[in-house]
Amino acid sequence: MNKNLPKWVDLGVIPLLTLALAFGVSGLVVLSIGQNPIEVVQVMLQGAFNPFGIGHTLYFTTNFIFTGLGVAVAFHARLFNIGGEGQAGIAGVGVAMVMLSFNWPHWTIALLAGTMAALVFGAAWAAIPAYLQAKRGSHIVITTIMFNLIATAVVGYLLVGPMQAEGSLPESPRFPAGAALPSLHDILAVFGMEFDKFAPANISFFLALIAAFLVWVLIWKTRLGYEMRAFGHSERAAVYAGISPLKITMVAMLLSGALSGMMAVNTVQGEAERLVLGAVEGAGFIGIAVALMGRSHPVGVVLAAFLFGILTQGGAELQFTLGVPAQMITVIQALIIMFTGSLENMVRIPLEKFFISAGKKGAAT
Amino acid sequence: MSVTTENAGRLDAVAPAIELIGINKAFGPVQANKNISMTVAKGAIHGIVGENGAGKSTLMSILYGFYKADSGKVKINGVLTEITDSRAAIAAGIGMVHQHFMLVENFTVLENVILGAEDGRTLGPSRRRARKELKRLADEYELDVNPDGVIEDISVGFQQRVEILKALYRQAEILILDEPTGVLTPDEADHLFRILRNLKEQGKTIVIITHKLREIMDVTDTVSVMRRGEMTTTIATNTTSPEDLAEAMVGRRVLLEVDKAPPKVGETVMEVRNLSVTDIHKVKRLKNVSFELKRGEILGIAGVAGNGQSELLEVIAGIGAASGGEIVMHGESIDVSKHANAQLRRRRGIGHVPEDRHQRGLVMPFMTWENTTFGYHNEPEYSKGFGLANQKYMMEDARGKMERFDIRPPNPQLVASHFSGGNQQKIVLAREIERNPDVLLIGQPTRGVDIGAIEFIHQQIVNLRDAGKAILLVSVELDEIQALSDRILVMFDGEIQGERLPENTNEGELGLLMAGVDPETGK
Repeated sequence: MNKNLPKWVDLGVIPLLTLALAFGVSGLVVLSIGQNPIEVVQVMLQGAFNPFGIGHTLYFTTNFIFTGLGVAVAFHARLFNIGGEGQAGIAGVGVAMVMLSFNWPHWTIALLAGTMAALVFGAAWAAIPAYLQAKRGSHIVITTIMFNLIATAVVGYLLVGPMQAEGSLPESPRFPAGAALPSLHDILAVFGMEFDKFAPANISFFLALIAAFLVWVLIWKTRLGYEMRAFGHSERAAVYAGISPLKITMVAMLLSGALSGMMAVNTVQGEAERLVLGAVEGAGFIGIAVALMGRSHPVGVVLAAFLFGILTQGGAELQFTLGVPAQMITVIQALIIMFTGSLENMVRIPLEKFFISAGKKGAAT
Repeated sequence: MSVTTENAGRLDAVAPAIELIGINKAFGPVQANKNISMTVAKGAIHGIVGENGAGKSTLMSILYGFYKADSGKVKINGVLTEITDSRAAIAAGIGMVHQHFMLVENFTVLENVILGAEDGRTLGPSRRRARKELKRLADEYELDVNPDGVIEDISVGFQQRVEILKALYRQAEILILDEPTGVLTPDEADHLFRILRNLKEQGKTIVIITHKLREIMDVTDTVSVMRRGEMTTTIATNTTSPEDLAEAMVGRRVLLEVDKAPPKVGETVMEVRNLSVTDIHKVKRLKNVSFELKRGEILGIAGVAGNGQSELLEVIAGIGAASGGEIVMHGESIDVSKHANAQLRRRRGIGHVPEDRHQRGLVMPFMTWENTTFGYHNEPEYSKGFGLANQKYMMEDARGKMERFDIRPPNPQLVASHFSGGNQQKIVLAREIERNPDVLLIGQPTRGVDIGAIEFIHQQIVNLRDAGKAILLVSVELDEIQALSDRILVMFDGEIQGERLPENTNEGELGLLMAGVDPETGK
């Protein structure tokens, strides 16, 4: 936490300002390809929030909350888990294997089993890099990147081999009907609310919100979270306090992998109802941006995930309606990541100066 | 550097070497230097004393061009000079020896001396010139070092001489030394002072920043005292006393001696037997160290930093692993392998105030209530079910500790980095002392702590001793060891070089032991 700035500036004004800057520059980029930025924004927002679009926006948001929380948890122990992509991919395999092995009598049991599978497989894929980091000092960034590549290859192999359904498509058989999760449409119907019937958003969205709450409790209310933060700030201090670096590295990475893995419940079980190639769709990497922008705080992560959900869905609409290439959306996302992640000091330092001089004047009068 | 024309013709022989006029410098809301004026005569040794954060280093950094003053003027030899960076400072004949040496570890002495002052594209001519020049300087000022020695292989005392040589090689007429004796043995410090006196005789001007009042009395001609960014007095050294200087530094009368009654030594609490430590490079850091620690005594371990004291503390505290030997506490052997855990040590009644409070003793971005339980956070009173922390109690507990140890500001929600060095150390002490440990390990209790807080901290340590606890004190400040200890062990090169009682020894003898010399045989 910064001591020169009030909390509301640190957590509120700075992200908003960096975001505004990112959008400003994005506007110039949009202008340069001959589009009207205002129209682009209108189309994006309309696409993200119309009755059809919102179901997709929330679906993407769910993915980003999970991967963002995954990165955030590891961040608190100063571990940079770039492996969300691979952990979510392997978790998808786990979910598919479990779903395909029973004829599920009720979705509640299937959800429980799917969640367990996603947690365990996601955590397991993070376990090896974590152990190598803790025991051998192999840098977690390098190993998790490598494990992303391995995961892609493993999933690819499984989908053209042992797990492939009949036919030529690289995908698994469809899950039994009992594995299907209630969609947002089904859930809201219980309360008499209308929601798009074909929207992919499902019950996992609520799981994501619950996960965010649990992460908040873990980091700020439990002794384990305290130890993780202590370790994250200073390993030497942690050792002094009798906190085992091996334990914290393992626990933080397992939790991180498990959270990233949870997105498989949303995508594989909730939406596709089978395992397809490239099910993660880069959400693992967006999770890094989400955690950065959300400053590793669960509330920030949820808000940032929602923003990226809007961008993803609005971007698809943009491509569809105005023919703006999909790469343009990637450019905008990259600009946001750049401004919120690495150019934050551009906004922070002038603000700090401003508050210091304002504070001085306040003290003088 | 620019010389204004109005001053150009007014160079005269009696102009002071340094003249600072109305220097102001603020960092954010903190006014580090307030309207400071100071004059140092040519060929004088001038001391600047003050507590941490009084603004000494800032002032010297302005003189050396690291910082730009917000307002004020600098005159060197009577000439108004604008020092924009260290290059300009060097051009103005100012050299600086930093507290943390600015040397390239894997370069030789010669290479370090010419670094940044090379004569041309090839190094040959510079080397030859530097070698000759070093020879001359060595003869003239007792500044002998082997020009081909590699920095990482030579002692700290020699490294410091290299820093001085670097400045002289660049033709410095004014030499600034920042806390020069912090890392030296008393013997090395004496040698340094001889060098400084030689330099003075040759007409060089020396400014020395220190917090050790005795050194000021020993070596300086004039002394300036700084307090809270202001210069409170400048006075001829022979007309003042350490007590007066301390008062000027702190703003009130300070007890420089520790007030303590004779110890009531009880039974042995801890026995260390043949303890050895080998580091990852297979270097022996601790060699067969044995001693006993008894109830009601303060056992002081003297020695120059890096002679095994840190390793000794770490093994006892359960942070580091021993390669051999054992520690017995209350008749029971304790784990000294790499599986030792500091939390278990605490449960056995071993408290630890670590040498490095920024890296170990405190988590700097943690709030005080989080820091006052650090290491004890899994104890039942700080815990609730489901792995939750009892934050309400932690907060209450922190409030009590802050009050009893007079930690200011008394707000448990402030993060550790908000506090001054003295208050940070009090947070650590409060945490460790209030657990009522049988053995308290204390490393460098007053490093970076202001004089006012030193008095308080020393009193707390003595009180704990009087309550019948055993205290193992490691300090590189010989004064502190002598003032507090009931028994003194001197460490050199990982071994205990000797044991003395404070009343039967003196600084000279301890200094020899610290340098690895047997005072009787002189070897």
